[in-house]
Amino acid sequence: MLTPPLSSVEEQRLWGDHGQETLENAHVCLINATATGTEILKNLVLPGIGVFTLVDGHKVSGEDVGNNFFLTSSSIGKNRAQAATELLQELNSDVSGNFVEESPDKLLDNSPEFFHRFSLVIGVQLPESTYLRLGSVLWEAGVPFLICRTYGLIGYMRLIVKEHTVVESHPDNALEDLRLDQPFTELKHHVESYDLDNMEKKDHSHTPWIIVVAKYLEKWYSEHNSQLPKNYKEKEAFRKLIREGILTNENGTPEDEENFEEAIKNVNTALNPTKVPSATEDIFNAEQCENITSQSPSFWVIAHGVRDFVRNEGNGKLPVRGTIPDMIADSDKFIKLQNVYRDKAMKDAAVVSKHVEALLQSVGKPPESTSEQEIKLFCKNAAFLRVVRCSMSSLRFSACDSEMVLYLMLRSVDRFYQQHSRYPGVYNYQVEEDINKLKLCVNSLLQEYSLNVNVKDDYIHEFCRYGAAEPHTVAAFLGGSAAQEAIKIITHQFVPFNNTFLYNAMSQTSATFQL
Amino acid sequence: MADGEEPMAVEGCSIGDWDGRWSHVQKFLERTGPFTHPDFEPSEETLQFLLETCKILVIGAGGLGCELLKNLALSGFRHIHVVDMDIIDVSNLNRQFLFRSKDVGRPKADVAAEFINQRVPGCNVVPHFKKIQDFDASFYRQFHITVCGLDSIIARRWINGMLLSLLSYEDGVLDPSSIIPLIDGGTEGFKGNARVILPGMTACIDCTLELYPPQITFPMCTIASMPRLPEHCIEYVRVLQWPKDKPFGDAVGLDGDNPEHVQWVFQESLKRAAEFNITGVTYRLTQGVVKRIIPAVASTNAVIAASCATEVFKIATSAYIPLNNYLVFNDVDGLYTYTFEAERKDNCTACSQVPQKLQFPPSAKLQEVLEYLTENASLQMKSPAITATLEGKNKTLYLQSIASIEERTRPNLCKTLKELGLADGQELAVADATTPQTVLFKLNFTSETCSIKQVQN
Repeated sequence: MLTPPLSSVEEQRLWGDHGQETLENAHVCLINATATGTEILKNLVLPGIGVFTLVDGHKVSGEDVGNNFFLTSSSIGKNRAQAATELLQELNSDVSGNFVEESPDKLLDNSPEFFHRFSLVIGVQLPESTYLRLGSVLWEAGVPFLICRTYGLIGYMRLIVKEHTVVESHPDNALEDLRLDQPFTELKHHVESYDLDNMEKKDHSHTPWIIVVAKYLEKWYSEHNSQLPKNYKEKEAFRKLIREGILTNENGTPEDEENFEEAIKNVNTALNPTKVPSATEDIFNAEQCENITSQSPSFWVIAHGVRDFVRNEGNGKLPVRGTIPDMIADSDKFIKLQNVYRDKAMKDAAVVSKHVEALLQSVGKPPESTSEQEIKLFCKNAAFLRVVRCSMSSLRFSACDSEMVLYLMLRSVDRFYQQHSRYPGVYNYQVEEDINKLKLCVNSLLQEYSLNVNVKDDYIHEFCRYGAAEPHTVAAFLGGSAAQEAIKIITHQFVPFNNTFLYNAMSQTSATFQL
Repeated sequence: MADGEEPMAVEGCSIGDWDGRWSHVQKFLERTGPFTHPDFEPSEETLQFLLETCKILVIGAGGLGCELLKNLALSGFRHIHVVDMDIIDVSNLNRQFLFRSKDVGRPKADVAAEFINQRVPGCNVVPHFKKIQDFDASFYRQFHITVCGLDSIIARRWINGMLLSLLSYEDGVLDPSSIIPLIDGGTEGFKGNARVILPGMTACIDCTLELYPPQITFPMCTIASMPRLPEHCIEYVRVLQWPKDKPFGDAVGLDGDNPEHVQWVFQESLKRAAEFNITGVTYRLTQGVVKRIIPAVASTNAVIAASCATEVFKIATSAYIPLNNYLVFNDVDGLYTYTFEAERKDNCTACSQVPQKLQFPPSAKLQEVLEYLTENASLQMKSPAITATLEGKNKTLYLQSIASIEERTRPNLCKTLKELGLADGQELAVADATTPQTVLFKLNFTSETCSIKQVQN
């Protein structure tokens, strides 16, 4: 019996073989093997990340072992990166684990290029000065940076990436691309091949609803000056028109024609005007799309090619997507209709390919620089493209709702650390006296950024109470969240958060801000 | 956290503990705070309660279960029982991280318990390689909190019903000490939810049955004669061709975990697809359809199990006010959570004590009653067994799960309620896999002109 590789069968259903491949070719760096760090890594090792490098200068303490599944008491006193790598590696033999017994500050001092080799760097429980330094090194090198921390009952993530492109965003409720408002020639001909008024009942009841809508649209056009049904009233009238087309038996009762019911149900969305979504328009108008050079990533090269298509052969429309939803129909009619869309999609993609080839040639690159598969995938997803840009801006605040206050408190404890070389309230005797010290940090931050906000004393007390604890369940929540965002960054599938995420385990609420 | 400083020795540790072991937890138990539960009192005894006394039941040792056990063990819980009726399959290994390839074939509960007990010294996870239905009230009564990581709605409803049956009332007032909180987590791909149920007080599983959409099945006519998608071809082979061809012997059922079976289905599906010019049948798709695989991701399980364990901790220690009462999570596009209070249903079949009604004309056939019990969105029973008291005796009107009784009572399905001797106002007792207790329905005869199809309760 063949044993399938550990790199999962399950996840491949979600991000496909090509997604799994990028995961297996990736090398992730994770800094600090705290509970949060090892939980993140666990959720990357299990689905089969290619290689990980764990960087940590700390020695394992008794406290570390208490909340960390990947440290045991026998490792107390040993280097934390080494100890954790052993138990993480053991989860999946297809994954290679490395460790570096060094603090990130030391590495930044001596050899910052160390970080250039990674697909992604994840920094866990880093002091502000470290993540600022590391952030600029990674920004220059074009390496995405994910900052994570668990502080008491608060989880926090920040993503910093110059430009992250997503072709396969897999939107939950995507509208179909049926072109009923502007049928392409091949679709028109195919619709013409049907004669609904002279069909046997069996054929009539198993005609795909797309054809039904197309036929009745023609009827509608002839009576409405070739205008689409636009408002609710007109759509109702159009639905009625279709309903009148349902066959009746000798007594005049309507037959059971599910395909007609489907047609009526889909009138709402099927007649949406075909147009280029604004997110895609923005991509076409971006500077990177306009100015293609030999350095341009293939995303922008293909985008430019699609743009050329839209402005020429496409007549203002994207390449046909080529898929249709399942619907009541006999196999033959369905497959034929499906092939009409599929063939058109292939034709359009081929035209896009020509544009891309010409483009590559014009910047002195061989046509093989982008594969046909890439171009096809891009065309299929042209309506769902996304670009995410998250810079490392200086602190900005929007309205001060409760999650924003938490962010402010996290920045305040960073400031506390800067001033006192420790976090507030770590030891019982410190809690009371640190409240006032922390309050000073909060106020100085508010002043510095000219924020006219009243932060309740309760939050200051609570953050002293936390004593920089890292309870396992909060670390585990962040472990799952961060790992999935990391997978999105690596596979370029699904859309990553942009750019600050806060989780409050007290209230089980979360918020995402763009700072 | 800060380098070069020694944490204070922790007093009152159990044997086998080391300095600082519970430091992350203790801060929430031994310090006052502005957001704690009104009942919370900082004390060193709470940690001792977790370590020595508190008993937690974890149901499921799969993707969620493994995470739950780890989370609870590292939060101070030591007395944990875990129930799971499955054995480890090779496809589990990349998510259910307590299992290794050497463990394939062994019970999940056993291996999970062994791993946790070894990795987290002092933790005592007791495994039960059993179905939840194998235990009775006396078993469930011993736990302070029950937390579920199940993949079956039926099982959820069953445990929900069991915990409800443990409630005791004095003079119509619920005795709070009989309440065993139920924390329930579920995931599917990038989506998940976690909820807190206080039986008898908050919305239960059945109160919100409509939140669980029925599983998608394909219509038989599509499968039998009009396939369009590769899935239709696979279903054809699974449902129609396999029972006919019996490729591996007379009484051999299709086993999704047997690669030879799946290979056969795959090959036959390809042939069927070729007949209709359908492309897209792959081995993986075949396996997915045959095993009804819902794609699972380690990260979603991690998030949901973490949320559940946080709630277990809050409830066990009164450290914070628990989730009230439903959390939804989705990380397809960024990360999204939504928290709301699911409401109790006034006439919930499981937790309200409102007698359930069945309204049918006397000329309705028993078949219609059966269909109502299975198809109604608030009931969604699986294979209900209906009994009634007739002429002083308890008679089974219809029961599906035992072949001999099914055969004997099948003719009753075509009989009208009147023909069966049922009277207006009569009580029908219905048993089903979705509940450990029989549900009583009162039969109200409607006039003949009333519509037969029932509107949702």
